[in-house]
Amino acid sequence: MIQFFNVTKTYNGVRALLGVTLQVEKGEFVFLVGPSGAGKSTMLKMIFREEVPTKGQIYVCGRSTIRMRHHEIPFLRRQIGMVFQDFRLLQERTAYENVAFAMQVIGASPAEIKKRVPEVLEMMGLKGHAGMFPQQLSGGEQQRVAIARALVNKPTLLVADEPTGNLDRDTAWEIINCLQEINNQGTTVVIATHAREIVDTLRQRVIALEKGRLVRDEYEGAYAHAT
Amino acid sequence: MPMLPKTWLYIVQETLRSLKRNGWINFAAAGTTAVSLFILGVAILLVIDTNFIASSVESDVEIMAYLQDGVKEDAVTALRAQIKAIPQVKDVSFISKDQALTSLEQQFGQSGQLRQSLGGSNPLPDAFKVSTTDPRQVTGVANLLTRMPGVDKVRYGQGVVEKLLELTYYMRLIGLTVVVLLALCAIFLIATTIRLTMFARRREIVIMKSVGATDWYVRWPFLLEGIILGGAGAVVAIAVLFFSYSTLASKVMETLPFIPLMYDNLVLLQLFLSLLAAGVGLGIIGSLISVHRYLQA
Ligand SMILES: Nc1ncnc2c1ncn2[C@@H]1O[C@H](COP(=O)(O)OP(=O)(O)O)[C@@H](O)[C@H]1O
Ligand SMILES: [Mg+2]
Repeated sequence: MIQFFNVTKTYNGVRALLGVTLQVEKGEFVFLVGPSGAGKSTMLKMIFREEVPTKGQIYVCGRSTIRMRHHEIPFLRRQIGMVFQDFRLLQERTAYENVAFAMQVIGASPAEIKKRVPEVLEMMGLKGHAGMFPQQLSGGEQQRVAIARALVNKPTLLVADEPTGNLDRDTAWEIINCLQEINNQGTTVVIATHAREIVDTLRQRVIALEKGRLVRDEYEGAYAHAT
Repeated sequence: MPMLPKTWLYIVQETLRSLKRNGWINFAAAGTTAVSLFILGVAILLVIDTNFIASSVESDVEIMAYLQDGVKEDAVTALRAQIKAIPQVKDVSFISKDQALTSLEQQFGQSGQLRQSLGGSNPLPDAFKVSTTDPRQVTGVANLLTRMPGVDKVRYGQGVVEKLLELTYYMRLIGLTVVVLLALCAIFLIATTIRLTMFARRREIVIMKSVGATDWYVRWPFLLEGIILGGAGAVVAIAVLFFSYSTLASKVMETLPFIPLMYDNLVLLQLFLSLLAAGVGLGIIGSLISVHRYLQA
């Protein structure tokens, strides 16, 4: 599903990633951990083809993101559901409209939209919030809307950048449970986080970054190195 | 580029939404486009009319070749044949001294009186009235006539033709410069407006692209907005131009009938359609400039 080969990324001389090699298989649930500035977001952006590596090769869904032509990028992104740290919701549109937007953009028919959007909203526990604007929703609810939007086009891969970053403990758990449920239904899930408690409790695969280097890759791993 | 019909519905909705949202900015852009296209239309009409006036003056220019006193009739016939033989000459007519005096009398409107006051004699010379196939050849033909036997003096609207031709040349040059400058202004303003709209919608664009929108999907509403802005500007310019020009033309026809103004509906229609096309074209260029920059990232 995702392959990084010796990937290095520098932003005008600032090193964000250095020689990262890794592979994520279809159906996996992966935590990407590391202190702030370790390069987690950079990695996710490269999966999403928002950035390209300075050196190395990246394959996502069997396609090289480097050799990919500009007009092919949208079609890669339609296979990936991205959940951004700042939610990236449209403030002047309701929860329903925000989710429907993702379907309109790829040319889905009104009938398809009418059928699919309530489905996803219900799955995310937002049935009663469809007509509300982001400002009327709590942080956790906004995050659910963002996840619903990421899921609405049935991606094969879901990528979330610090999805629990701004949420209280209980809400964070709710969100993580949602993402686990999505993974159980077959979607590959990659989560960048520094929520130590969650990572330590779930014992999923953990990939740790430090100053741009991959320092650990463990199945059933913990947030910190077991010493 | 290929678009599904249901996508078009979205595009039109988005365009209207953004036109509503940025009301005053759009108003400013369409207004400036209208002013630019109006001045452009005025410039074009000025050029058309100078050309029109020049060509009617040109066709009026004739050469008068006055003959020496006492040239015999067979010499006159020979001279007539000689003038006719010049390839650039379109028409020759002989005006005898009697005919000249009669027409002079008619101009003064007192038949017989002039002849009387001249004491029965006629001081006017016989003359040939010569017209050329092309007004630019007037000088050359006039020079040839001067050298012919029996010809005394040659007169024509010396300099008038040259000056008018020169004037239309400069009119065209100035008109073209003004037109190009104004077109650039309009493009700049539309591009700025579209950039403002895009800035207002930057979050939306980022989200669109992150959920897999193609470039054309992002581009169309802005392109359409540009087309509407340019087109609306053109329509306003055409309306104002039409009313002011028809008013001017009828005023001129009433008060200054000797100034011939072009008033050909077909020419005006062509001009207005060109202005509309220009407005739409400016809109497209303007929005593509801004959209291109945004989509590069
Ligand atoms: N667009 C950018 N321009 C310059 N430097 C950047 C940019 N994005 C990230 N960086 C730098 O790259 C490093 C890794 O950043 P990031 O991937 O955001 O880390 P994380 O998400 O783990 O906090 C940091 O030093 C950051 O300052
Ligand atoms: Mg980050």
